[in-house]
Amino acid sequence: MKLHRIGSAAAVLTVAALALTACGSDSPTASAGTADSTGGSAAAVSGTLTGSGASSQKSAMEAWKAGFEAATPGTMVQYSPDGSGAGRKAFLAGGAQFAGSDAYLKDEEIESSKEICGPEGAFNVPAYVSPIAVAFNLPGVETLNLDAATIAKIFKLEITKWNDPAIAATNEGVSLPDTAITVVHRNDESGTTENFVDYLAAAAKDVWTYDVSGDWPKDLASENAKGTSGVVATTTATEGAITYADFSAVGKLGTVNVKVGDDFTEISAEAAAKGVEAATPVEGRGALDMSLDLKRDTTESGSYPIILVSYHVFCSSYKDQATVDLVKSFGEYVLSEAGQKEAAASAGNAPLSAKMSEAAIKSIDSIKVAS
Amino acid sequence: MTTNALRRNGSKGQAGDKIFSGAALGAGILILATLLAVAIFLFIQALPTFTADPTLVSGGEGFLAYIFPIVIGTVIAAAIALLIATPVGIAVALFISHYAPRRLAAGLGYVIDLLAAIPSVIYGAWGYLVLAPALVPSFQWLSENLGFIPLFEGPASQTGKTILTAGIVLAVMVLPIITSLSREIFLQTPKLHEEAALALGATRWEMITMSVLPFARPGIISAVMLGLGRALGETMAVALVLSTGGLIPSLIKSGNQTIAAEIALNFPEAFGLRLAELIAAGLVLFVITLVVNLIARAIIARHKEFSGAN
Repeated sequence: MKLHRIGSAAAVLTVAALALTACGSDSPTASAGTADSTGGSAAAVSGTLTGSGASSQKSAMEAWKAGFEAATPGTMVQYSPDGSGAGRKAFLAGGAQFAGSDAYLKDEEIESSKEICGPEGAFNVPAYVSPIAVAFNLPGVETLNLDAATIAKIFKLEITKWNDPAIAATNEGVSLPDTAITVVHRNDESGTTENFVDYLAAAAKDVWTYDVSGDWPKDLASENAKGTSGVVATTTATEGAITYADFSAVGKLGTVNVKVGDDFTEISAEAAAKGVEAATPVEGRGALDMSLDLKRDTTESGSYPIILVSYHVFCSSYKDQATVDLVKSFGEYVLSEAGQKEAAASAGNAPLSAKMSEAAIKSIDSIKVAS
Repeated sequence: MTTNALRRNGSKGQAGDKIFSGAALGAGILILATLLAVAIFLFIQALPTFTADPTLVSGGEGFLAYIFPIVIGTVIAAAIALLIATPVGIAVALFISHYAPRRLAAGLGYVIDLLAAIPSVIYGAWGYLVLAPALVPSFQWLSENLGFIPLFEGPASQTGKTILTAGIVLAVMVLPIITSLSREIFLQTPKLHEEAALALGATRWEMITMSVLPFARPGIISAVMLGLGRALGETMAVALVLSTGGLIPSLIKSGNQTIAAEIALNFPEAFGLRLAELIAAGLVLFVITLVVNLIARAIIARHKEFSGAN
């Protein structure tokens, strides 16, 4: 019985320790950009930059952090991937100097950001673009042409066989088996799910009538797995399965060419970048803000509409020159060609188009010291 | 001479005694204090859920409607795990303590203990990469032949990621706990009882049912309860293995969810009310575990005469 006691004591202590650490982690360490001008020249940038937010940017952020710190000695970037919501909250509370977020700041969030960012508030710039593949496991079939309505019906569990006439209609010459379709979705809340269902809701309005959120609709529960790696592994192990996942992670699964306009667009980094360009700025925003209304139902051929755009949120003004320099140089590095390439190499996402990153750099360049 | 020595030892021992009893008391209080701190933390953080507008809680029908299916899911998964692990664990423990040759017994004991050292994420990965696909044909068979029983209602899952698979993975994880504890208890059976039974002409099996098992019963119960605690609280393995969904009776379709997995899956992106909701779910799990342990304690207390549990 001693074992039992020691066991439960240890269990309790572990739980307590975990609880305490969990407690501590929701306030990211805020350290203002300390300006010790050791570099000598006026342009020297140094200090610690603290960010918090989306976990989708995690591997890209590691690449940016490494690249930026190597290029500008004396700087340090801290990013805690606590989730988009937590990141925005930390940023608005002044606990982080920038936030990473899968959704841009809403109007009321911009309003409340004026407290810490000065009269012009905060602004969003796109920093990370990732195409989401609709991937399937059918031996011998590498690509399928599908339109939005058919994809929506498959994920709505209305089309249940691979040789359904709706699928066959757009795939002449492909021999489709009589296999049952197994839909695999994410069981954790994620930006991938949110962007995928947002696409379905926009491009297949009549079929997809569910709320857009990071959770898969409860009524459509089907096979599911945790994380991108989970859905890909489950799909790879199950013949006839179909899922949606980051393009960089789908491995040897077949991918769907999505119907855009009259053509079927094959998924690629370029097509995704083109999809971002088709987006229009959100109306009624400040001059610096680059929030995008993604045109999921675009008809411009060659652009791929199922994309995740993750933003960086900055203040339009910071309290001292050192912080401004630090934020600017980091923000600009992320958007530079080198930064986007670094991230793409490490995270497998799509780089921003030159036009888009130029405009974003312009926004960041106008960050100033609070007066 | 002897009395002097004893007295000297006694006076020396008194200081040691005080220090030790103080340290033991401190340790005891520390555990209670941490437990209380955890409970208070959970309660305070969970509070917004109970006061919130029911329509804002996930599912839109209040916290009870949200938590009920996942409580049942947690219980189902833990029950499957214990149904499998208890007989197997006791059998393995009996084999090690009373049947196996001594050398084999020691080796086997180490191997079983090793199972407890494997991280749960490894069990989870094994569960969804190896076990789940391997179980698909059996699920198919169950749904075709026993489909009239609601528990095996088809169509069977094509991925094998069901609550039954999760339960089996949990059973493997719980097994070393039940086995090691039961083995220790079985070994403590008074040799005289065993020898008396054998001398009366009992076979080895009769000796075990007559002297070992009655002696060990409370110990087995507490081993099972400790296993149950692990099964209830297991997070990662379930999160990886289970295809989550609403509450359904069928064990071979995707569906059901456990509290721990629900928290793990939704915590990273949760904030505001959702976060409070998940912590409230944690509070519920905390209470369930506490109740289970209290019941176990009560059962053990009732059977504690002539047993290895005191």
